[in-house]
Amino acid sequence: MAVKIVIPARQAAPSAIEPVPISADLEVRIRKRFPNPAGSFNLNVHFRALAGFTILFGPSGAGKTTMLDCIAGLTDPDEGRITIGGEVLYDSDKSRDVPAWKRHIGYVHQDLALFPHLTADENVGYGLRALRASERRKRSAEILAAFRIDHLRDRRPAQISGGERQRVALARALVTEPRALLLDESLAALDRPTKLALVDDLRKWNQNHRVPILFVTHSGEEVYALGDEIVMLVAGRIVAQGRPHEVMHAPRVATVAHLSGFENIFDVTVVALNESRGTMTCRLANAEVELETPLVRAEIGSHLRVGIRAGDLLLATENPRGLSARNILPGTIRRLVQRDVIVAALVTCGGTGFEVHLTLASRDALQLCPGQSVWVVAKTHSCHLLSV
Amino acid sequence: MNWQAFWLTVRLAAIVSTLLIAIGIPIAYWLAYSRWRWKFLVEAAVSLPIVLPPTVLGFYVLVALGSRSPLGRWWALYTGHTLAFTFEGLVIGSLLYSLPFSVQPLVSSFGAVEPTLLGASASLGHSPLQTFRRIVLPLSKAGLITGFSLSFAHTLGEFGVVLMVGGNIPGVTRTLSIDIYDQVEAANYSSANRTALVLLVISFVVLSIVYGANRRPWGVGPWR
Repeated sequence: MAVKIVIPARQAAPSAIEPVPISADLEVRIRKRFPNPAGSFNLNVHFRALAGFTILFGPSGAGKTTMLDCIAGLTDPDEGRITIGGEVLYDSDKSRDVPAWKRHIGYVHQDLALFPHLTADENVGYGLRALRASERRKRSAEILAAFRIDHLRDRRPAQISGGERQRVALARALVTEPRALLLDESLAALDRPTKLALVDDLRKWNQNHRVPILFVTHSGEEVYALGDEIVMLVAGRIVAQGRPHEVMHAPRVATVAHLSGFENIFDVTVVALNESRGTMTCRLANAEVELETPLVRAEIGSHLRVGIRAGDLLLATENPRGLSARNILPGTIRRLVQRDVIVAALVTCGGTGFEVHLTLASRDALQLCPGQSVWVVAKTHSCHLLSV
Repeated sequence: MNWQAFWLTVRLAAIVSTLLIAIGIPIAYWLAYSRWRWKFLVEAAVSLPIVLPPTVLGFYVLVALGSRSPLGRWWALYTGHTLAFTFEGLVIGSLLYSLPFSVQPLVSSFGAVEPTLLGASASLGHSPLQTFRRIVLPLSKAGLITGFSLSFAHTLGEFGVVLMVGGNIPGVTRTLSIDIYDQVEAANYSSANRTALVLLVISFVVLSIVYGANRRPWGVGPWR
């Protein structure tokens, strides 16, 4: 699965940070037993990351951090081989193990790991030990300016905000011009605008450097914001790999935690694929109801599961017209149950029960009561496909 | 107040605690980071002086320093006199006696440095030794102060080891605690009281420094 590298039409003006001439890809094949609160897993992965963002996506405890630690050299795999641009960093067959401090791989830890006794400027300059003091100051000042944190240079980590700390940690890793960059949920704690701004800074930086950036996250939102390529990891194994829209739209492996987010779960059979429109039609088991859902990699006749959140469904008292939503199902209200400020309406449509969540105001405005005929409305993209 | 004994004691404690920081840092580094399975034996050996009667320790040190031991013979060959009943011999005995008081605070403060900081330092191209010097040591200030102060205070008050190894030679090996013993023997209680009070005040001040230094996770510096 090669990633198309899009060279930006307008290169940023050549800065004093000279671009790394060759873009080196990172190849990781490791096996490691690692402890986990839910028992121990075998981490067993093999993938290649080209220059650009590769997202490592998966639930917590899937082995993402352990894998990054192996690549950075902070822990040893049980066996395997890790290479970057052809240079072997680790090879259990040849007993080769380059120590972490000689690997030249930038690693931004989940907790950032800023040195508490050093100022922002000293933190950023820490990795430039080999340079002369004047050169070090110059480089450090440049990256602080590029990340818009030059006003914080004399402050210690405890004296700056969370977002600023993230910038300092990123700048500290980037200023050494690493051969690869590992980011372990480094942006997870940030609010959305700050996160997007940082991602933008990272993208700009990587236009000049073209190194593989492994970005760990368990937020689906970050996947779309960043991903050139995505590797999906569950319980130590790669379960999917490819472009974000391909991988994210594969039927998801339904875990208990995942299923608990859906009040409505139906077993369905795929009856038609509309590849040109990116949708497909599924028939609910034991019912005549059909749902239009997003297209996933599935064949006609295959059995899947559809999850719909009760809060994503609409109710109409008349057959709605001129709506963009593709699923409009006639039905009858069986029960209305008030839970705190939410009203759960149980509606049967063609023999299948749907749970719809409404506000008290909607219930009163529509004067809903049991036995009433209604239409349940679901957007195509509210139907989440899960593998059985 | 026997000022000669006072200054001798302070000089001994200062030399011993300074040397102990120098000796204690590598030992504590090894104890904090080694994954050797038999490490606990070394830990036990280092802590031995805490529970051992000072006379037992003193006895072994005396034997080790005597003219029949290899160390004693080598020292006599090199300097022309034996180690026992000298200030140098007292320093060696005190080093062993106060070793755990410098090593243990260092081990715990080295061990308290977040492993992620060590990982970050390695990823930024620093060898374990450079990381130790630039990250672990500065973040272990409180441990260094504690180790120095405790071994200083502990050496000030030692009695058994001094008596066994050094005897009671004025100006050479007579320390404050032995001076107090002498004064009590001579029924000179008011003088003993003054000396005892001095030791009490010094010990209290030193312990205040220790607890003050450990009040905050990383710092006795002006920035917090």
